[in-house]
Amino acid sequence: MRPPIILESTTTFSSSSSSSSSSSYSSCDRRLNTLARHLIDVNDQNQMASQNISPSPTASSNSVFAHLTRAPEDPILGVTVAYNKDPSPIKLNLGVGAYRTEEGKPLVLDVVRRVEQQLLNDVSRNKEYIPIVGLADFNKLSAKLIFGADSPAIQENRVTTVQGLSGTGSLRVGGEFLAKHYHQRIIYLPQPTWGNHPKIFTLAGLTVKTYRYYAPATRGLDFEGLLEDLGSAPSGSVVLLHACAHNPTGVDPTLEQWEQIRQLIRSKSLLPFFDSAYQGFASGSLDADAQPIRLFVADGGELLAAQSYAKNMGLYGERVGALSIVSKSADVASLVESQLKLVIRPMYSSPPIHGASIVAAILKDRDLFNDWTIELKAMADRIISMRQQLFDALRARGTPGDWSHIIKQIGMFTFTGLNSEQVSFMTKEYHIYLTSDGRISMAGLSTKTVSHLADAIHAAVTRVA
Amino acid sequence: MGSSSVFSVASASLSLHDTNIKKNLNFGTNAFRFNNDGTNTFSNFKSSRRISMAVAVNVSRFEGIPMAPPDPILGVSEAFKADTNAVKLNLGVGAYRTEELQPYVLNVVKKAENLMLERGENKEYLPIEGLAAFNKATAELLLGADNPAIKQQRVATVQGLSGTGSLRLGAALIQRYFPGAKVLISNPTWGNHKNIFNDAGVPWSEYRYYDPKTVGLDFEGMIEDIKSAPEGTFVLLHGCAHNPTGIDPTPQQWEKIADLIQQKNHIPFFDVAYQGFASGSLDEDAASVRLFVARGMEVLVAQSYSKNLGLYAERVGAINVISSSPESATRVKSQLKRLARPMYSNPPVHGARIVANIVGDPVLFGEWKAEMEMMAGRIKTVRQELYDSISSKDKSGKDWSFILKQIGMFSFTGLNKNQSDNMTNKWHIYMTKDGRISLAGLSLAKCEYLADAIIDSYHNVS
Repeated sequence: MRPPIILESTTTFSSSSSSSSSSSYSSCDRRLNTLARHLIDVNDQNQMASQNISPSPTASSNSVFAHLTRAPEDPILGVTVAYNKDPSPIKLNLGVGAYRTEEGKPLVLDVVRRVEQQLLNDVSRNKEYIPIVGLADFNKLSAKLIFGADSPAIQENRVTTVQGLSGTGSLRVGGEFLAKHYHQRIIYLPQPTWGNHPKIFTLAGLTVKTYRYYAPATRGLDFEGLLEDLGSAPSGSVVLLHACAHNPTGVDPTLEQWEQIRQLIRSKSLLPFFDSAYQGFASGSLDADAQPIRLFVADGGELLAAQSYAKNMGLYGERVGALSIVSKSADVASLVESQLKLVIRPMYSSPPIHGASIVAAILKDRDLFNDWTIELKAMADRIISMRQQLFDALRARGTPGDWSHIIKQIGMFTFTGLNSEQVSFMTKEYHIYLTSDGRISMAGLSTKTVSHLADAIHAAVTRVA
Repeated sequence: MGSSSVFSVASASLSLHDTNIKKNLNFGTNAFRFNNDGTNTFSNFKSSRRISMAVAVNVSRFEGIPMAPPDPILGVSEAFKADTNAVKLNLGVGAYRTEELQPYVLNVVKKAENLMLERGENKEYLPIEGLAAFNKATAELLLGADNPAIKQQRVATVQGLSGTGSLRLGAALIQRYFPGAKVLISNPTWGNHKNIFNDAGVPWSEYRYYDPKTVGLDFEGMIEDIKSAPEGTFVLLHGCAHNPTGIDPTPQQWEKIADLIQQKNHIPFFDVAYQGFASGSLDEDAASVRLFVARGMEVLVAQSYSKNLGLYAERVGAINVISSSPESATRVKSQLKRLARPMYSNPPVHGARIVANIVGDPVLFGEWKAEMEMMAGRIKTVRQELYDSISSKDKSGKDWSFILKQIGMFSFTGLNKNQSDNMTNKWHIYMTKDGRISLAGLSLAKCEYLADAIIDSYHNVS
């Protein structure tokens, strides 16, 4: 979306302060053109469908904002907004991927609380600006976590890591960096993918395309389609890969399939960009969940990886994450870092200190690290148990269809296969909130609520087409 | 299976990269290993007919990237850290220091953080627009709790990543909804303003502001340049304590600026990074913004809590858009959210909670005001001391009173780049090349030394 589309000629604005030449392009024209452009903007098809484009009659005609329409709620975060408005006592929020305990409550990890107390007691700490790239120890520890402590890429100083605003912010900084410095400004996203991915990369300045990923017929991976689509991508294209626990489908390639993907990507000189939002959350093992990324690093090639600590450390609202770029040499890694700073500085200057301090403290202390892995595994295990319970409940009800994908899929989400009408039905009749693509967050389920959900699915499948 | 057609990589690639492969054979526990001949555990897997390493090409895709220069402001602190000289003084970045030249965490902030931990609040995602209690508090702080614009619900507030992040959201809104519109920024201005609008894709040009002859405001030039800008231009104004000059318009001048902006249908965009820090009074420092809003104008305002609450690294701020109707405010807010979501999804909770807790509790709020008066007071004292020192030492007759007329954390010394370099190279005093010094980093004890350095640089270096 940059540079701005100017529909009529205007004066070019230089840095000289007295620009006496007036433009024939008045502010009125500009607003009308924006309106027109808004109507044909293909990125806003969803909005178009649901919006009355013309300004509301109550809006003051003197407002410079009269031409702005009301944007709909974000499709994912909007689910929680709707849930909060619902007064029903049996409502269930399976929308956003935030972990809930068996009691349905948000969870702050015990190890996180302890560290926060430690930080507060530490009189040597202050709130001075941290570097543009974030806390140095946080960055090093994050790289070790994802790539492995003995990763040759780290040992050879080929890894540039910058602290980012959780996964979203890290992806955005990576995207902007690529749009500025990489020759091939096309990124391939799996179909489907997290709803925010296309927006992040489009606003970063990349062209978004897709590769086949999910096979509705099998509710599994469309591996042939994936290979075909990546195989026909222009050389050098960027490819977004979900490191594990694919969102929204929960369908991951096997390690054998990852190896084939790796070979294909390297042979076409495609640039892999990993989104790792669930390390440790998918299988319960931090190392196992990092295998696909490490596979790629092992061949000596380049890649980008965005990490988030929102889920695996329960630090959602603190916005902690990292972007790592693995390059061919230490010299290049240094160039890359200097340019990443130029992306970050005009966006938010430097990242927030609190969450990153918590992460660094946990990762660098062996006991705290161990305590963390135990709590992490407990969360992952609870989700796996929910999967089994839901599967059993549907089987017990004789719900038509094959529901084995519930226990085959991995991570926080299940792609139920329900269509949007069935989803609406479940929300209206059973007060169950989920995204319209049929994705449910297993993290929001408990032993007590499983039967309610199973009833709702059963009803949806048998009563709604 | 069709996959064989895809694996057409020549095995010749293997020999070129042998050394790389051997080095990169292991990667952590549960190792997935490549054998020395380039095969691996999965090489015999049915679907891959050709056994090939398919190693990436040796040349980095990023090799051609130029090394970026260090940030002109933040780079100063880095240079300062590297200096081993005992008399060094850091007057670079605008971060408050005590008389002992130590960073300062406000007592009221520590109290708030302790309260937060005791309460055991969770870490759930904030809404895209941020913490509701914070948004309410910040708008009221800026405009006054009884401001009609707030009562009429004409204020759209979205929590942002301190001043920078809030400016960036405002810039993104301009780029998307006012294509072709430009922003007028003061000459000089905070160094990052241009980067923000550049990266947001918003063209900018400058209005005259600083008059080197008077080391004061070039008001005529400012008015002329705002007048000659095309109708509907956004005008970036510093709410108080102009950065880097410390030179603010008088209330009468603000009225004239507002008159002109209204006449030209320009849109004012305030950067408020020092509310409470300039004069010591939150209300006084917000007077310029409130003046514009009282006239019924539509205004953008970016706020930061970095300095006035010492929350620098927590990145707390907000973008406010005051528009002409509540309905408009709703639409604007929804579009700001739409810009924030693909940037960072939702803002960090910690700093916003600190602000909300302090502003929401009358006792803590009172304590905050007292600490802020103390910080602003220390800076005023140091200003006076510096002026006294220079004017008593400098016998040239030069008028240094601009030091007293300027306000806020910074002083624009009037030193040029060479003179500023002399300050650093000869005197180990770190400042930005535009001649800006941060009085927040100055102690009474060091005023004499600084005075000597400024006099020397001004008179002996051209």
